[in-house]
Amino acid sequence: MKSLTISEKISRFTVNWFFLMIVWIAFTTSFATQEILTGLFVTVVVSFFTIPLFTCCTLSILAPKRIFYMVYYLLIFTRELIKSNFDVARRVLTPSLPINPGIVKFKSKLPTDYAKMVLANSITLTPGTLSIDIIDDTFYVHWIDVKTTNPEKAFAEIAETFEKILLKIFV
Amino acid sequence: MSLYEIIGGILIIIGAAFLFLGGLGILRMPDVYNRLQAGTKATTMGAMSLILGVGVVKMEDSWTWIVKMSIIIIFIAISNPISSHALARAMYRRKRYPFIKSSDKNMDAYREIIEKEEKDEKTVMNDQ
Repeated sequence: MKSLTISEKISRFTVNWFFLMIVWIAFTTSFATQEILTGLFVTVVVSFFTIPLFTCCTLSILAPKRIFYMVYYLLIFTRELIKSNFDVARRVLTPSLPINPGIVKFKSKLPTDYAKMVLANSITLTPGTLSIDIIDDTFYVHWIDVKTTNPEKAFAEIAETFEKILLKIFV
Repeated sequence: MSLYEIIGGILIIIGAAFLFLGGLGILRMPDVYNRLQAGTKATTMGAMSLILGVGVVKMEDSWTWIVKMSIIIIFIAISNPISSHALARAMYRRKRYPFIKSSDKNMDAYREIIEKEEKDEKTVMNDQ
C-alpha cells in the first residue's frame, strides 16, 4: 500500500467525517447542542482512525456535477431494482420455470476498486444477474437467462448503462 | 384511518408479497446460484418496501421515523448484494458447479479460472 501525502490524508478525513456526520444527524434526528457535540466528537475520532481503511474518495467527490450524477444513478438504480423484482416474480410464478442459467464474463474500464465494487453490487440487484467474482478487470456474472456468451455483447447488455454514469462519478 | 396509515399499509403489503415470492423462488429454483438470485432481489426489495411502509405509518407521530428508515434502507442496499456475492463465490470454490440447461460449452466462464488455479497448486506441490 502506498503511503499518503498530508493533503490526501486531510481530504480523505474530511470526506469520511462529512458522511459520518450526515449518518449521525439522520439517526439522532435532532439539532440539540449536546447531540451535535457528541456526534462531532465521535465522528472526528472514527474518521481519524479510518483514514487508511475508507479509501473510496477524496474531496473532489463532493463536486456538484458528481453529486448530480449520484442522484441520477440512484434513480436509474431504483428503476432497475423494481424491474428486477417483477422479473423474478414472473419467473417464479410461471409453472414451466423459464430459465437458461450460465456464467458469463466481461471486462470493465473502471479504474478503482471502489468503483468496481459499486458496479458489482448494482449488477447483483439488476434483472437476472448475480456477480460472482472480480479478477483484475474481468467480472464473472451468473446470468439467469443467458442471451449471449460473447464478452462485449454481455457487457453491453448487463453493465453499460451503469458504467457510463460511474465513470462520470469516479473518474 | 389516516392517509399515512393507508399508504404505509399498501407499502407493507407489497413488501410482504415480494418476501413471499423470494421464499417461493428459493423453493422452486434448481441450484444454489439461481436460488441466490431469487433470494437476494426479492428480499432486498421486500425488506426495503416493508421498512419504508413502517416509516410512513409512523410519520403521523413524528417525521423523524422516515429519515431513520431511509438510512436503514441504504444499509440494506449496500450489505445485501455483498453477502450474496460472498455466498456464490464460496459455493463455486467448493466446486458446486452451476446447473446449466443448454448444451453450449461456453456457458460456464468461471470454470477455467478454478481449473487453472488447481493446476498451479498441483505444480507447486510437485516442485516441493
